[in-house]
Amino acid sequence: MVTQGADDGAAAGPEMVTREASDGTAADLEIVTREAGDRVAGGLEAAREIAGAVPDPELPMVTLADLGILRRVTAEDGRVVVTITPTYSGCPALLEMAHDLRYRLARAGYADVIVRTELAPAWSSDQITPEGRAKLHAAGLAPPNPAQPDPGQRGSGRGPVPLPLTMALPKVVACPRCGSLDTERTAAFGPTACTALFRCGTCREPFEYVKDI
Amino acid sequence: MTNDDDFAAYQFLAQETEDHRWAFGTGFSDPLEGIDTSVPAGVDAAALAAYCLALGDDALIYSHRLQQWVTRMPELEEETALANIALDLLGQARLLLSRAGQAEGAGRDEDRLAFFRTEGEFRNVRLVEAADADFAELAGRLLVFSAWRLALFGELTGSADPVLAAIAGKGVKELTYHRDYAAQWVIRLGDGTELSHARMQAALAVIWPLFDELFRADAVAARLPGAAADPAGLRAEVDGVLDAVLGAATLDRPEGAPMAPVAGQTGRQGVHTEALGYVLAELQSVARAYPDATW
Repeated sequence: MVTQGADDGAAAGPEMVTREASDGTAADLEIVTREAGDRVAGGLEAAREIAGAVPDPELPMVTLADLGILRRVTAEDGRVVVTITPTYSGCPALLEMAHDLRYRLARAGYADVIVRTELAPAWSSDQITPEGRAKLHAAGLAPPNPAQPDPGQRGSGRGPVPLPLTMALPKVVACPRCGSLDTERTAAFGPTACTALFRCGTCREPFEYVKDI
Repeated sequence: MTNDDDFAAYQFLAQETEDHRWAFGTGFSDPLEGIDTSVPAGVDAAALAAYCLALGDDALIYSHRLQQWVTRMPELEEETALANIALDLLGQARLLLSRAGQAEGAGRDEDRLAFFRTEGEFRNVRLVEAADADFAELAGRLLVFSAWRLALFGELTGSADPVLAAIAGKGVKELTYHRDYAAQWVIRLGDGTELSHARMQAALAVIWPLFDELFRADAVAARLPGAAADPAGLRAEVDGVLDAVLGAATLDRPEGAPMAPVAGQTGRQGVHTEALGYVLAELQSVARAYPDATW
């Protein structure tokens, strides 16, 4: 995310300058445009930091940037545009995220914020950053294993369809407390759409596992 | 981590804003906000609207039936599982009904489509209408539904409509998980005790008459070459999955006659079983009684 953010910043800056130059025909209009543009252009990096630091409503130990839910923060006509992606189609936390993003950015002086949803490419647990995985682990949640190859890809080829029917038990998940590999899944679904329930056979503690999708 | 900011989202919700939540619907912002929702050239917009409506109705009605199991499951873990599956399907329904409303272009949003259409205006398949009589029927119906819908969404990831393709791309991940969950229960019950085997086999006999309808030729899909999936083309994959699961579960594939269409029409043409009316009564009655209420 950090690398991607830096790239976005480099791309957004010149874009703003170009727009000002092309718009600046009348003198007074030019000033207004530049002020509005500068305010976002100058503060886009800060806006990105604020947006990235918003905690996930369901898993508050990690941020939207940690989870890979925050896709990008850009500027459009002097407004901050925050693009997020849902983890699951029915994720009820999306509205809370949008409110929290607007609230925190408004408090920092960004009055006019657009929050957009992006569906494709679909979110994958592989997009959780190393830092996010470390935070999940520290909070007692087992971070996800690498996701299986995207089964959606098979739709594009019209050949014989493989059966990705995973009736075998899920991959080994280490206990986030004691590190034991002697764990078992007690339920395929947990308290939120993105987790499953496990129990450790060594320390006997139950824990949540962030599902790999 | 403990500071006021952690709860800022909730404080914000308590404030008076223009963003009222409609009491009976989602009241959320458009779930497709910010996405390029123009219908691509060469795609019949009216047919796309009808197609997305049908796929959204499948998910909406089945999600409601699954929600009715909550508080009635044998174990808390299974109840959580069903609530999550129902939530995923509700999310798919929101996206698809929103897409249907946009493609239609008549100003109907997801809530209008969900709460203010009559029985005959719904386009879901009849498989999703009945309440399950027992847990075996639930597992069997969920297996058939998710195996079929996964095959369908797998095809739609390559749809000429990028919005439908994106919705399918997300749904495929969810449905894969649902199908595995259902398959594991069907196998456990089928290959379990004498009693569980008998009840699982009996449940399949109840569900199977609704199976053929899933693959019936669909005039709406036929108007959407490249954007929709041919229903008949999904049959081989679904049969393969079900044969594998039923084989592992030591269950026989039922051989009953399919439920007959009425004057050639089934769920996709708005002809439903009696059960749909009861679902809609529960789903819609309060919204219809207080159409402008907010909270």
